[in-house]
Amino acid sequence: MRALRLAELLLLLLFALLALFPLIDSTFYTQLITKVMIMAIFAMSLDLLVGYTGLVSFGHAAYFGLSGYVLALVAPQYEAVSLWWSLPAAMLVCALFALITGILVLRTKGIYFIMVTLAFAQMVFFVFHDTKFGGGSDGIYIYAKPTLVIAGFQVLNLEKLNQLFYLVLIIMAAVYLLLRRILGSTFGRALLGIKENEHRMRALGFPTFGYKLSSYVLSGALGGLAGYLAAVQYGFVNPEILSWHQSGAVLMMVIMGGMGTLYGPVVGAFAFVLLQEVLSDQGFLGPVAKHWQLAMGIFVILVALYLPQGLAGLLRRRKAEASDGSSDA
Amino acid sequence: MAQAMPEAILRTESLTKRFGGLTAVDTVSIELHVGEVHAVIGPNGAGKSTLTNLLSGDLRPTSGSVFFAGKDIAGLSSDRISRLGIGRSYQKTNIFLPFSVFENCRLAAQSRTPHAWRVFHGAAEFPDINLMAEEAMVAAGLSQRRDMVAAALSHGEQRQLEIAMCLATRPRVLLLDEPLAGMGPQESQDMVELIQKLAGRHAIMLIEHDMDAVFAVAHKLTVMVNGEVLESGVPEAVRGSPAVQTAYLGGEDFLNG
Repeated sequence: MRALRLAELLLLLLFALLALFPLIDSTFYTQLITKVMIMAIFAMSLDLLVGYTGLVSFGHAAYFGLSGYVLALVAPQYEAVSLWWSLPAAMLVCALFALITGILVLRTKGIYFIMVTLAFAQMVFFVFHDTKFGGGSDGIYIYAKPTLVIAGFQVLNLEKLNQLFYLVLIIMAAVYLLLRRILGSTFGRALLGIKENEHRMRALGFPTFGYKLSSYVLSGALGGLAGYLAAVQYGFVNPEILSWHQSGAVLMMVIMGGMGTLYGPVVGAFAFVLLQEVLSDQGFLGPVAKHWQLAMGIFVILVALYLPQGLAGLLRRRKAEASDGSSDA
Repeated sequence: MAQAMPEAILRTESLTKRFGGLTAVDTVSIELHVGEVHAVIGPNGAGKSTLTNLLSGDLRPTSGSVFFAGKDIAGLSSDRISRLGIGRSYQKTNIFLPFSVFENCRLAAQSRTPHAWRVFHGAAEFPDINLMAEEAMVAAGLSQRRDMVAAALSHGEQRQLEIAMCLATRPRVLLLDEPLAGMGPQESQDMVELIQKLAGRHAIMLIEHDMDAVFAVAHKLTVMVNGEVLESGVPEAVRGSPAVQTAYLGGEDFLNG
């Protein structure tokens, strides 16, 4: 209870700091933090599967990339597309893809589930990489960012860095609150039960497949939301965003941050992207920067060794110490 | 059909389960009635647990039928069977260790209600579910442990929780697989009393090795050996049966167990 309060307080503080962040007025850092927040949304969507349903997906990039490609394909070449329908369309395509593949992959368990989710993501990767449909390995440029128009009035201009920043910040907070709410419901408790012991849940009368499929579809749609925002930010899509490296990176964010906490993956996204930025900065680390993946690997190993519950585990440890202290006193 | 007995709520007909060359359950026909404890005993490997798994849907029968309230339910999935009103407990304690006692029961009760998809309501906001959970905890004698994490309970209390979760689903048939396993004398005594109390409103199949407990609660007794029913009837008659005496019980030691 106390850990949750502390975590929520820190999250509020983080939100306030982020809300003030554009005051720094640096193009580079505003873009960087926008990217981090998009990855945080992506990581939260995966935590729903990994941390709350017990399904370790190694193919989450499929939704991230698919959604970006939907935006690129529905946008007229030199004109802006409406966000009103292109975002729901992108998320719907992801949800449908999750529904169809979910019916198949959810019949497998454990290591097989990891492999089959990877296989489906690789299929999507090669469809876009090896056909002209999505511009092949070069990808597609999105020249004009989507617009948000209400009654002829342009509410948001996403060409402006700060406006995109705030849109992403609000969506990140909304996704966090939405998932918190859902996970606190009877549906969320059933997911936790399935993660803990699916066999027992079935014996208690839960049709577990339907629950897992719902979680899988929701996770895919929210992964698509992150991918859409990323495509808006970068202004282009290419098969890279569908690659298994992307699936691995987001999985690392979730595990490093602390799965099954929702705020852990947010912390994980910040740690991962910012660390990657620092470690690969040639101006800062010189020629060593080329080998940033080595340093990142060491960091991940250290977290795994000393913080088995991830960075979020730091909060829990503090809570344990606090309650020890109070019982002594 | 035209028997004096009211119709059995659960009845098997020539129920058989083969694993390759091994016939674990061989043409077993038994009946369970509301208000009765039907104990099934037999040596290890007699097929008692397999029989439980066939009735609960954890295993599909190779052949034969299972009738619940007149309907053949053989081969249905375990969650469907549970929702029909057949609850089971496990030989090896099978509870959600990180959850509180209440949450274990609440989750079990939740499976009976259509609230599952109301994702914007807190899980504990449904009075009907909470009531079912509270009643199950009281029935199983766990209300003192309500907010304790299940992992912190004693072994006996975990066995009680196992039963409480089952009760929270409001079953009509209870399949209890060795509920006394690993329990101390006092805990066993409490469990026997609980089973006696539950017998009034449920049909109970009890698998148990503790003969004192079996003879204390059973209205009917079935002895299984090598997957087959050796003898079945009222406990005193079965105890006296020469076939059972020679083939299984093997003398007073076992009976006084």
